[in-house]
Amino acid sequence: MDFELSPEVVAYRERVRRIVAAHNTPEAIRVQHETGTFNNPALNRALAAEGLIERAVPGLGAGDPIELWVLFNEIEKAGSPVDALGVAVMIAGVVQHVGNDRQKAELIPAVTSGEALICMGYSEPDVGSDLSALTTRAVRDGDEWVINGAKMWTTMAHEARWVILLARTDPDLPRHKGLTMFLIPMDTPGIRVDPVHTMATERTNATFYDDVRVGDDCVLGEVNGGWRVMSVALSFERGVMGGTNPGVPLLEHTAAWARRSGRLAEPAVREKLARVAIDNHVAALLTQRSAWIAASGGLPGLEGSMTKLFASESYQKASRWFQEMAGAEGLLQLEQPGAAADGWIEYDARHSPVTTIYGGTTEINKNNIAERHLGLPRARR
Amino acid sequence: MELAFSSDQRELLDAFEQFFSKESGPAVVRRAEPLGHDDSLWHRLDAMEVWGSGASTADLAVIAESAGRWIAPVPFVEHAVASPLIDEVGAGIATIALRPATADGAWRLVPAGAVADVVIGVDGADLVAVRSTPPGSGPLNHASAPLADRSARDGVRTVLGPAADMAALLARWKVLTAASLVGVASMALELALAYVQERQQFGVPIGSFQAVQHGLADLPGMIDGARLLAHKAAGAIDRGDDGRCNIALNEIDDPLALASMAFVFAADVAAHATDRSLHFHGGYGFAEEYDIQLYYRRARGWALILGEPTAELLTLADRFWPETVAAQGSGH
Repeated sequence: MDFELSPEVVAYRERVRRIVAAHNTPEAIRVQHETGTFNNPALNRALAAEGLIERAVPGLGAGDPIELWVLFNEIEKAGSPVDALGVAVMIAGVVQHVGNDRQKAELIPAVTSGEALICMGYSEPDVGSDLSALTTRAVRDGDEWVINGAKMWTTMAHEARWVILLARTDPDLPRHKGLTMFLIPMDTPGIRVDPVHTMATERTNATFYDDVRVGDDCVLGEVNGGWRVMSVALSFERGVMGGTNPGVPLLEHTAAWARRSGRLAEPAVREKLARVAIDNHVAALLTQRSAWIAASGGLPGLEGSMTKLFASESYQKASRWFQEMAGAEGLLQLEQPGAAADGWIEYDARHSPVTTIYGGTTEINKNNIAERHLGLPRARR
Repeated sequence: MELAFSSDQRELLDAFEQFFSKESGPAVVRRAEPLGHDDSLWHRLDAMEVWGSGASTADLAVIAESAGRWIAPVPFVEHAVASPLIDEVGAGIATIALRPATADGAWRLVPAGAVADVVIGVDGADLVAVRSTPPGSGPLNHASAPLADRSARDGVRTVLGPAADMAALLARWKVLTAASLVGVASMALELALAYVQERQQFGVPIGSFQAVQHGLADLPGMIDGARLLAHKAAGAIDRGDDGRCNIALNEIDDPLALASMAFVFAADVAAHATDRSLHFHGGYGFAEEYDIQLYYRRARGWALILGEPTAELLTLADRFWPETVAAQGSGH
């Protein structure tokens, strides 16, 4: 096996690292935690100014999945949020693959310039893991589509320029065959955004679609081909666009605190820190493997599931160990005097639970692995 | 970048899978218990001349994984580590003592110590090789491994270098043992998969129950992660990288650190995989006639022979955070 990055990727990584270090400022972090909007517009624009986002968009040209992984891994390791930019880059890749000329011309430059965000309208109030049961309807009316329904967990909807919306266009077809993906400007009349506040400070949204009228040019891919479009998106995302190394900044924050407080001399503390360092490295290697498979022309869907399972569970384990290790001071939040690891231990204890839920729950990933990798029969549930 | 076995390594793996599956089936493993050594198998393996000076740690790790998959009762890892240091092993077996000799010159619980003709290890300030007659037996143990105490003084004794030279040998032993444990874990998973699809309860294979599936579905990622880490460590040893451990950036190239990491992680994964597999065998997993118990015992025995994992983790922490050494009395 050869784990070496090419000189080009190393150079790319150094540029990303430099820009992230310059823009992931305490002020940027403070604003994120104050507003609940986990995005860093200055960072996005600075990456864009050097062409680094364009390189990472799947299928767009110069970059490859190795760079896509490096970009998001560097942002994540620095403790800067990845999801807002990650969704935008992923959707830009989907548009590049299946979009029409107008969608490409409008959306791709808006993303690669670091200006536009996009939100995902997949889940609904009553539909999550069983996504093909979704009920948001798009009905033909003349040469328009009329969309009615509600979407849940549309994170960044309050900032996004577009929503990528999965809606039912043919209720007579089998469940996942009657769905169509739409790419809709968020300023289209009839869209309402309500905030949903989370335990982890981050704000997400519920979005409501009330007689939203759009033309055929808002269909992304084929009519009734929405499930395939979503598969394309998932194939880009699987495990290489952040989310697999949140334990790295957690470990760094915790080790720095342990050093300052003198706890770093305690064997019990050192043992746990070392264990987390191992898990972090394994998570990185599994992610690198997914990127390598994608760069070799494969689809690392199952490998991505394995990576997400391992990375999210080990992050939760680390978060719990560190909070217990920190004791009462591990309960104190960011900017509170005396907070262990400046409050990051407490923050990660609030943030880590979502990582085994969003982007495919642990149980859905285990179903996939059991049936498609281990070859076990479809489960009795 | 290539994050899978090379085509040469796949051929190597195929060749040894054929060899071990034919020559080291469960009947052979059982027959070799409790000593844990089959001399005839050893001579056939030795005849394949895998120890040549050109063998990279990475290639040896591929073979070690296969030996682990078939829990071959031969000291493959120990001989692969020790034999390159000795000019003339002849037809004999070489091994390493994992801990320094006691004050009275005894190496305790040497892996393959029951059968090795040459033991390499630390005695005082020196790394020495001692050729002496192996006892041919040792204390009954969890893994049915050929462990035995050996003398660092009695026999033909050669000083190989300073005691510090042992670190590189230990690193190689950890990596190859990690690869063997990956093999143990992967075969434990395969045994579980075969059993849960064959065993019927409530009129269906138990492998169709989600509770059973979910108990197995997190294993492949852990096993793949352990293999990746073992091979990253093997590659670092083969290149002779200088030690870099940047925890803040999660960039680790240091061979000694990677070897420790690979060892600790693979030991965890093998313990976990064999535990799950045995459990899903139900009562039969506990029965001697089923193979999973052979794997369960070796997953623990092959790892714990180095000592308690905590000590290894504390040594690792000293490399990661060298500016603060652990408090006194940590026991390492």
